[in-house]
Amino acid sequence: MNTSPEAVVAARGAREARQADVAAALAEFLPRRAVLYRHEDTAPYECDALTAYRTSPLLVVLPDTEAEVAAALKVCHRMGVPVIARGAGTGLSGGATPHHWGVVLSLAKFNRILRIDPRARTAVVQCGVRNAAISEAAAPYGLYYAPDPSSQIACTIGGNVAENSGGVHCLKYGLTLHNVLRVCGFMADGEPVEFGSLALDVPGLDLLSIIVGSEGMLAITTEVTVKLVPKPQSARCIMASFDDIESAGAAVASVIAGGIIPAGLELMDKAMTAAVEAFVHADYDLDAAAILLCESDGSVEEVEEEILRMEEVLKAAGASRLEVSRDEAQRLRFWSGRKNAFPASGSISPDYMCMDSTIPRKRLAEMLRAIQQMQERYGLRCVNVFHAGDGNLHPLILFDAEEPDEMRRCELFGADILETSVRLGGTVTGEHGVGVEKLNSMCVQFAPAERAQFLAVKHAFDPLESLNPGKVIPTLHRCAEYGKMHVHRGLLPFPNLPRF
Amino acid sequence: MDPQDPALARLIDQVDRARSQRAPLDIRGGGTKTFYGGLPSGEPLDVKDLEGISSYEPTELVVTARAGTALAELEAVLYAHGQCLPFEPPRFSAGGTVGGMTAAGLSGPARASVGSIRDHVLGVTLLNGRGEVLTFGGQVAKNVAGYDVSRLLVGSLGILGVICEVSLKVLPMNRATATLCFDWNESRALEQVNLWASQPLPMHASAWHEGRLRVRLSGAVAAVNAACGRLGGAPIAADAATAWWLSLRDQTHDFFALDDTDLTRGECLWRLSLPSTAPPVELPGRQIIEWNGAQRWWRTGAELGLVRAAAARAGGHATLVRGADKSGGVFTPLPGALLRIHRGLKQAFDPACIFNPGRLYAGL
Repeated sequence: MNTSPEAVVAARGAREARQADVAAALAEFLPRRAVLYRHEDTAPYECDALTAYRTSPLLVVLPDTEAEVAAALKVCHRMGVPVIARGAGTGLSGGATPHHWGVVLSLAKFNRILRIDPRARTAVVQCGVRNAAISEAAAPYGLYYAPDPSSQIACTIGGNVAENSGGVHCLKYGLTLHNVLRVCGFMADGEPVEFGSLALDVPGLDLLSIIVGSEGMLAITTEVTVKLVPKPQSARCIMASFDDIESAGAAVASVIAGGIIPAGLELMDKAMTAAVEAFVHADYDLDAAAILLCESDGSVEEVEEEILRMEEVLKAAGASRLEVSRDEAQRLRFWSGRKNAFPASGSISPDYMCMDSTIPRKRLAEMLRAIQQMQERYGLRCVNVFHAGDGNLHPLILFDAEEPDEMRRCELFGADILETSVRLGGTVTGEHGVGVEKLNSMCVQFAPAERAQFLAVKHAFDPLESLNPGKVIPTLHRCAEYGKMHVHRGLLPFPNLPRF
Repeated sequence: MDPQDPALARLIDQVDRARSQRAPLDIRGGGTKTFYGGLPSGEPLDVKDLEGISSYEPTELVVTARAGTALAELEAVLYAHGQCLPFEPPRFSAGGTVGGMTAAGLSGPARASVGSIRDHVLGVTLLNGRGEVLTFGGQVAKNVAGYDVSRLLVGSLGILGVICEVSLKVLPMNRATATLCFDWNESRALEQVNLWASQPLPMHASAWHEGRLRVRLSGAVAAVNAACGRLGGAPIAADAATAWWLSLRDQTHDFFALDDTDLTRGECLWRLSLPSTAPPVELPGRQIIEWNGAQRWWRTGAELGLVRAAAARAGGHATLVRGADKSGGVFTPLPGALLRIHRGLKQAFDPACIFNPGRLYAGL
């Protein structure tokens, strides 16, 4: 790269000229206030919740109507400008990280609930509606939207569709895919399109399956029809303590082996429990090596029956302390720590990186042991929360970005967790998506022919690669580079070079 | 899966040959669903040798089976561990396979309450048109690494490649089940099942036929007992109830029997997939309504255009499941944007267009 002062000035000039050209083309179809290009206006869009990765976008577009979305897409398509869709920006893998030469398409203004049909148990909402707002609007009908990612008070349904978000209740109620009927939006060239339908299936290939979780790489979502489910009459939660991680892991398997599918089954390790107890004061057992939260929901009779069976199984699995929530206030207190795991981690460390891999349930204890060893290897602490019921781990690596080298070691620690997950029969991301964060780990999980097939799928929807380019699917070149670096794990050459 | 595996290596050879000759292949398992979709053509590619359950751990709630594994065998193994395929895949005759089940993508009576086969597929190993063996998804329930290709393959009728192995989410069998019967007309039945489905009841399946609604409840003992008390209706004996739901799942009920005379007369079996709350559909003939109104089987001699228009008016689509004349297409035609994506995907997986041509749509 030529970094002489003249070259830098020339590059800046080229970008400003491009910015002016694209802004002028967009201004033909969008109101002036909907196109942002001054640095102070675009700065808030430089990252999503993966704040370690930042890029200044060429422009930010804030359309008000579907016609404006289509027009913006047509302009970008014609001019070869990359488009990065953005909802609330709560994503943890950099799915909405901007492109230096691209437009951020903020869909924040699409925030209306269009229709709730209690008889059909559906809600038609615009993509910028918050996840929790759907359940709030459905509550008067005794219905709710089941997937409940931790960020549900802020994250949008469009973002949930992009990531196929889960949450603590997806063991029983499924992921976003299982709770979405129809997605309406636009192709990269601005053509309107509809995936799924109000019926339970569609003719032809099940394209909805591939749109959900496609991280804004295949189409732009503007409207989503979700399924609503009846709110259970009753819910109770058991908090069980275990003296060692192995028996906690075995208890998870025993619950499932007992023919029980809990509404939620969560595990926190000792370090995490200490962090959340200091944060929420929920009277967690600070001596336990691991705490399990096991929830039953359904009719009053059903919950009564299931809680008894759960108690039996957990006792037999060696729980050292066991408490069943007596009322709703206590149940919510049990959950308060788990739901606040991320902010609690923020309170004990200047920075943290949240990982998100899935492993077979039976490998939980093995994984925790491996993470303990990694803490020593990388010289960083790690606290753990798991969606234990479906083997989805969220290790939170604690670091201080101000300390030289800690960010680098944190990334290596994270990659090690992901690659260990693949080796144990799992996957590098359970619900947060690949984004930019896990591109290297995708090289480990998928063979070159599989990655080439992913790329071919992308081209079937977006032949010019204008939607969210460079995310999710690593290039062959990148994987080759990563393979070379692997040889010297922990001793990366040129650690200060940016690697994305 | 190991490409060196002899059964798989033979399939790869056959695909490589077909590709170089641009000769179509007709992917075959048990051959129990050849009636479904467009007419099969091409040289048979038999996946029956790709056989056996590769892994099954009941506490992981996942089973992985090779494509040629008999569906009956798989379900028997699950049953022995108190587990099941919750989506109740149909068995139209003996010999159906796991691969055929996945490629056809059909689900049984419980679909509206527990989800479809697509919802339960966790991973697929595919042999694509380039002769490459690729694995998508995996053996864990939460997995968003890369596009969800495994679920795209469900119901693809083999047009994207040979499904070699499938990982499925399984569930414990419910502890209690009961079937209740109500003598109601179509409108009343549709109204009531949708109302029940919006309440916290252990609704598991519903079917309306000739003035009678049957509702299956399934779940915890206490929940089923309480719901029986609340819903009323006449309980059906367990054996008779099981037989009834199986006759719907496998289409052995008289309603589905179309003999040669019926077919020559132009009688057809249609499947209308509609929003569950769509009002009664007006067509000549007889029907069975399942999935709380979302699946309506019609046995009718009405012409194709009439049936498709009725389904479209109701907000859904119509599939010609059995009929003598498939020249008008089996599945509802796709709008332009979706058709282009279909063509792009066909090109992406099977550039030489060798797999199951015409089974889904002409030209794909």
